[in-house]
Amino acid sequence: MFSRDTWVEIFQTISKNKLRTFLSGFTVALGIFIFVVLFGFGNGLKNQFKEFFLDDATNVLTIFPGTTSKPFMGFKSKRQIRFENSDLSGIKENFTFFLENISPRITRYAQVTYKLESNNYRTKGVSPSEQFFEKNIVTNGRYINSNDVKNKEKYAVIGRLVVQDLFKPNENPVGKFINIDSSVFKVIGVFKDLGGDNEERVVVIPYTTRQLIEKNNSYVDQIRVSYKRELGYIGGIGFENKLKIFLKEKKYIDPTDTKGIFIRNVSKELKQNQDFSTVLQYIITFVGIGTLIAGVIGISNIMVFVVKERTKELGIRKALGATPNSVIGTILIESIFITTIFGYIGMFGGIILLNSLGSTLAENYFIKDPFINFSTAVFATIILIIFGAVAGYIPAKRASKIKPIIALRDE
Amino acid sequence: MLELKSLHKSYKMGSNYLHVLKGINFKVNEGELVAIMGSSGSGKSTLLNILGMLDSADKGSYFLDKIEIKNLDETKAAKYRNEFLGFVFQSFNLINYKNAVENVALPLYYRGISRKKRQTEALNFLQKVGLSNWSTHLPSELSGGQKQRVAIARALVSNPKVLLADEPTGALDSKTSNEVMSIIQKINNEGKTILVVTHEEEIAKMCKRVVKLKDGLIIEDKYIKQKLL
Repeated sequence: MFSRDTWVEIFQTISKNKLRTFLSGFTVALGIFIFVVLFGFGNGLKNQFKEFFLDDATNVLTIFPGTTSKPFMGFKSKRQIRFENSDLSGIKENFTFFLENISPRITRYAQVTYKLESNNYRTKGVSPSEQFFEKNIVTNGRYINSNDVKNKEKYAVIGRLVVQDLFKPNENPVGKFINIDSSVFKVIGVFKDLGGDNEERVVVIPYTTRQLIEKNNSYVDQIRVSYKRELGYIGGIGFENKLKIFLKEKKYIDPTDTKGIFIRNVSKELKQNQDFSTVLQYIITFVGIGTLIAGVIGISNIMVFVVKERTKELGIRKALGATPNSVIGTILIESIFITTIFGYIGMFGGIILLNSLGSTLAENYFIKDPFINFSTAVFATIILIIFGAVAGYIPAKRASKIKPIIALRDE
Repeated sequence: MLELKSLHKSYKMGSNYLHVLKGINFKVNEGELVAIMGSSGSGKSTLLNILGMLDSADKGSYFLDKIEIKNLDETKAAKYRNEFLGFVFQSFNLINYKNAVENVALPLYYRGISRKKRQTEALNFLQKVGLSNWSTHLPSELSGGQKQRVAIARALVSNPKVLLADEPTGALDSKTSNEVMSIIQKINNEGKTILVVTHEEEIAKMCKRVVKLKDGLIIEDKYIKQKLL
């Protein structure tokens, strides 16, 4: 069945029937192409969602103070809540079971000057755990440590882009002194961050130092805590709820007041997004499979047409001694051959398109680096070829049953 | 060479049966040139189809070269057709995207003969019908007579025991008809057994024996003096 003659026969029929070949091939190529592209877009969406959370730890809760909306225990409503150092230590003492890391955050924008260079940057007063929360990577020197916090040292760890802005190339910033507004700080380290430029134009200082500068107060803007990973997603939700109750009690906020304290739970958001993108992936897979099925139906339609068109020819062949199997074989091999060639053309077309897109769609369509596993693409193509063969087999079988007398009857 | 014994065939037409062949007894010896005549509806096409193993009889027996032809499955029928029979049709039935020599070589392809040998054999037979200069032409580039000659070459290439021609001149004018018939006579004189189905007296006269069919029965079977071309 796979002799050279078979192929000569097939190539002859293909080359003599170019339009037919092109049409059936096009259906297949288009089906696979759309499948590959859609699937790749699905993966691209997932990539983008992952990206949103890549630069932060996911077992982190951020606690924001709000303004109360209900009067409680003699306090009027619309009271501005402020966190203090005592809240930090309160959380530390009461949540040892949950707590992994804790860091306050005092954000101020400040003029930072080194020699003649000067710029405005975000400064963060934090504790050493901040490095873990932000996944900062220290490339030079060190991060602030607990001694720096305890001693209210005027030390600063600066982001990569701050170094780029203020220092000369090849100049080592560690050990140099910079001015943050009117205070002099010693640079003790440089960090980089994967979260983008914004995260690298930051100056990190001990939060106690910031408090010292601000008339030695004890206020903090926000509190970030992380819980032990083994508690999992559910444990994180439990921690969130317990924290809320604890802080409301400590800050004299009505337990039913929803406005006094806000907690942002990264893992909750991540999970929602992941659920969303998983559903999206299902939808895309469904649409993709639909496209494949449409391709298969397209092939079988064309094969039915081809057999119809070739009825007379097949009748002649049978009168000259073609066996039913050789008729099935010729049609089937031809259909599989066309499906395989065009299937792979469509597949590689799709892959090339996906690769060329890269992150060009990331900005507006949230599709970053769309891709499809090569094996998935090959698998889909093989599935299409198999179903194409099945779709071709039915008309081929019918063709093999054509009675030569009927096929040869003059119209 | 070929023998039919009380052959019956009927077709179902709705709820009735149409009895087409009502007991045909018929024997053809090697080297005969037989014209089967009859008006339309006489059963001559059905008879040819059964002879050609394109259809099967209901009753009776059919021997071809002492082999009984019965209970053939499609594969076996295809094999027998390829080995024993050559067909020539009224409408030529060439494959339109194959050139003359490829059309002629086709039966040999189904016999599993090597490409080279097919090619030489096919050219041989094209030469026999006087078309060696047209071997690479497509059927669309040939005249009706030429097409029929290609078809005859194709029918002969597998060296069949019997050549069956169904109205071989039906689509041709009288001049080309004569050309085709002269080739048939020539082949017959070389020893090939040939059956020609026709309704034209002119054509029948060019054969050696005339069998007349009417309403499913043979009403006349005689040897005649052949009109040689």
